[in-house]
Amino acid sequence: MSPDPRPDPLEGTSAEPGVAKADPILTVSDVRRSFGGITAVDVDHLEIPRGLITGLIGPNGAGKTTLFNLLTGFDTPDKGTWTFAGEDLAGVPAHLVARKGMVRTFQLTKALARMTVMENMQLAAVGQTGERLLPALLPSLWRPQEDALTERADELLVRFKLDHMRDQFAGTLSGGQKKLLEMARALMVEPSMVMLDEPMAGVNPALTQSLLGHVKGLRDNEGRTVVFVEHDMDVVFDISDWVVCLAQGAVIAEGRPSEIGSNPAVIDAYLGSSHSEAPVQRRKRHERRAS
Amino acid sequence: MARVSRLGLLGLLVVVVLATLAVAAVAQEAETISGQLQADGEGVAGVEIAIATQDGDPVGVGVSGDDGSWSVELPGPGTYVVTIDVETLPEGVGLTNPDRQELELRVSEGGSATALFALGEREEVGSLLGQRLAQSTVNGVKFGLIIAMTAIGLSLIFGTTGLINFAHGDLVTLGAFLAFALNVLVGLHLILAGVLAVALTAAISGGIESGLWRPLRRRRTGLIAMLVVSIGLAFVIRHLVLFYFGGSRRPYGDYTLQVALQFGPVRLQPVEMWVMGLSVAILVGVALMLTKTKLGKGMRAVADNRDLAESSGIDVNRVILSVWVMGGGLTAVGGIFLGMIESVDYLMGFRLLLLMFAGVILGGLGTAYGAMLGSLIVGLVSEVSTVFFSSQLKYVWALGVLIVILLVRPQGLLGRKERVG
Amino acid sequence: MLVDILVDALRTSVGPTAAAYALLAIGLNMHFGFTGLLNFGQAGFMLVGAYGVAITVSTFGGPLFLGVIVGMLAAVVLALLLGVPTLRLRADYLAITTIAAAEILRLLFRSTAAEPVTGGVFGLRQFGGAFFALNPLPDDRAYLGPLAASAGRMWVMLVGWSVVLLMTLLVWALIRSPWGRVIRSIREDEDAARSLGKNVFAYKMQSLVLGGVIGAIGGALFALSLQTVQPDTFLPQVTFYAFAILILGGTASTFGPVIGAVIFWFILGMLLSGLRTFSDAGLLPEFFGAQAVGAVSLTFVGVLIMSLMIFRPQGILGDKKELQLDVS
Repeated sequence: MSPDPRPDPLEGTSAEPGVAKADPILTVSDVRRSFGGITAVDVDHLEIPRGLITGLIGPNGAGKTTLFNLLTGFDTPDKGTWTFAGEDLAGVPAHLVARKGMVRTFQLTKALARMTVMENMQLAAVGQTGERLLPALLPSLWRPQEDALTERADELLVRFKLDHMRDQFAGTLSGGQKKLLEMARALMVEPSMVMLDEPMAGVNPALTQSLLGHVKGLRDNEGRTVVFVEHDMDVVFDISDWVVCLAQGAVIAEGRPSEIGSNPAVIDAYLGSSHSEAPVQRRKRHERRAS
Repeated sequence: MARVSRLGLLGLLVVVVLATLAVAAVAQEAETISGQLQADGEGVAGVEIAIATQDGDPVGVGVSGDDGSWSVELPGPGTYVVTIDVETLPEGVGLTNPDRQELELRVSEGGSATALFALGEREEVGSLLGQRLAQSTVNGVKFGLIIAMTAIGLSLIFGTTGLINFAHGDLVTLGAFLAFALNVLVGLHLILAGVLAVALTAAISGGIESGLWRPLRRRRTGLIAMLVVSIGLAFVIRHLVLFYFGGSRRPYGDYTLQVALQFGPVRLQPVEMWVMGLSVAILVGVALMLTKTKLGKGMRAVADNRDLAESSGIDVNRVILSVWVMGGGLTAVGGIFLGMIESVDYLMGFRLLLLMFAGVILGGLGTAYGAMLGSLIVGLVSEVSTVFFSSQLKYVWALGVLIVILLVRPQGLLGRKERVG
Repeated sequence: MLVDILVDALRTSVGPTAAAYALLAIGLNMHFGFTGLLNFGQAGFMLVGAYGVAITVSTFGGPLFLGVIVGMLAAVVLALLLGVPTLRLRADYLAITTIAAAEILRLLFRSTAAEPVTGGVFGLRQFGGAFFALNPLPDDRAYLGPLAASAGRMWVMLVGWSVVLLMTLLVWALIRSPWGRVIRSIREDEDAARSLGKNVFAYKMQSLVLGGVIGAIGGALFALSLQTVQPDTFLPQVTFYAFAILILGGTASTFGPVIGAVIFWFILGMLLSGLRTFSDAGLLPEFFGAQAVGAVSLTFVGVLIMSLMIFRPQGILGDKKELQLDVS
């Protein structure tokens, strides 16, 4: 499925939990987080390959969102370290994580409702002079920068087919449009890695294909790394280069999409959980926040 | 509020001021404010009393003579602020109630008014620190128990609905004044009046929940908007009380002016012992109710995790209504007890509200036991501080605790960390 | 009689007090309207602004401008002290902490221990000489026709409303800048702002300081117009007046606080003046004493806050459409 003409960067990577990758952008070691005695995340080792799409799957409550929160600085682990592009990110606050190039979206979209679509986009650009209190008072100091980033935002809005909503309040967008806006907005940060938390949840099926195309575009056209959480296995198998399965906070399986569906540990995790569907058959889209 | 530190008061605290000018007033043309200062039946001389207009413009200063009497002529009728300068009191004499250092008096055309300052002999300086600590500790427990009773509702309402009810203090005032109306104006005995007032306040509190808060929740009004609404509600209750009952402090008609009993180093009036005993009984009752009964377990479940409780078949709206009714009733009990050991005034609940906040946050917002524990600590801190510092600042210490706990452990002593985020 | 009441109300609505409250509300708008910070202690910021002037001039004999600066600096310090423990916590913790801090300040300032500096319960007076000495208006005539403002009052009003205008422009300029964009994004969803690389804590702090300083300027103006400060002027209800003004004019509308202040004081002035007139004329029931006039007016403020928040949360000028958007 991957149109990448280059040699497969995962060549020879064995399908086992915690396996080392040839060129990881993110390396997670020994990260643990518990809530009131229940272990939500307990990852011994995990590497995310650079420039590829990694799907993160697992039954409800497996700790996928919690892991996202920990890695992006929105939650603090009990212990553990992780490096992103060679930099130690443990203990780094969320806004600095984003500035270092690791940008996330949220399961429940966080479009800024009472701001226009364009304002949502403009906000996301980093290093704006006009965001400092005193320069903000002198438009001549930030106007050129503002014009440049508005132009960039306009291009992205065209690409994500949101240009006709440019000056509408983001709160008026449909669920799928909000997901698109969140993704486009994340790109304004110019991240090297995008972490998408259930990008297809609650999206009208007509928009799913276009969203999938955008996700693949991140990898193919811009060379960005993508990690995404998704429950729809068709989607996962369609666009992922690599799949990681979490259960009860731990990585229980890793592998290519073709291998993972038949992995006994994965089937067991799904069958053993309260949901009695095997992953391949699962179609249900979840809005519920995983703990 | 607060008859704080009786620490070190010797003998019966005698209030006094005689209406010395009852006769003279008739004859006099100019308006005057006067009074007589006495402690233990003796006049207290050389004390300065300052009179000012409501806007703070000084009118004059009176100095008490050998018999303790003083008088100041006024420029005209109106409302005046009378302040006794405690620095000029002789060594060993203090105000019985330090909050009554300043009085507001209305003087009508050609009339006169009498300012009452209750003085008591303060025990020799250098009296046993232990004794003062013991007395203030008991006072602190007494005060803390009252805060605790009122704070449980505040905490449970927050836990079950997410609302910080800024009108909670004014429910305290409402309860206290309903009892006052039934007791003093209607003439019922305080016990009967109190029981009726508690029932009424509980009903009003439940009515506010079903008539105001539930419809607002159904309209998906935001929590911050509801919080601002609760401030508006607080204003309405507080100033309706002011409208009907006026701004002065009023005592209940029963159980006042009791002779205090001596227990080792500690002095207590019988009414205070009853208040403390009943408070403990009520708090234990509430704790048992929360742990043993189905309704109580429901309250804790909803406060713990509303969605989970709802999905496990608990009628959340019914539980919330019971929380409001119970919380309202408890605030009334607290208000009446506070009125019994001190007096009632339209700001009593608002002053208590800030201490409730301190107690609830200290203990852990949303938890019932946390509210009890935190309130006791707040009561103790404010009372014990008077042993070492000016009693004018006792609330400052209690509110300071609030800020310290937010710095050190924002989830409170018994709270869970996740609640805060 | 009705004309007198109307003139009285109009006089109140454009008076120095209304201008001072407009400043308090502008500060609150920065906090609550634009950033989503729940500051219930604006009375505390007002207090430090007022006492900054009064203590500097009256107690220490310093110059007036220094007093204003001292008041503003004190507001900065107060905002930092309040913000550090609470800005990382939920919005309602800030509400409780700020109202508690404002009360702590009031109790401290009125205590006997502080009397040598603050004047205790009596407060301080006669510190505005330098301010009124600057008055260029000839004081042998009255201004504003039927409103009959004295030269002194006119001077305070001129300065007061000019400062209001200046602060409104400042907020307007800031809010439409990229800085304001970040501030508004925090109000909408601070996690989203954080995920886009914005240092939410720092921005909240800047907003808290800025709005607090504007409130302190309002306090200084208030003190100068009355020529006296007393601690009990700064009761928590002052903050709630400012909230009523803010909601009346429309939160997050730049000119809302100004319009809100004028309308609020017009209504309140009409109530107070009307009730007093009727009371003096013996037209009110007997139990309607002098205290009742204040009580009724304050009850009205409560009803106003409640009904606006429930039925017209966008304020009298606001756009309801914006509020109906799903704000998660």
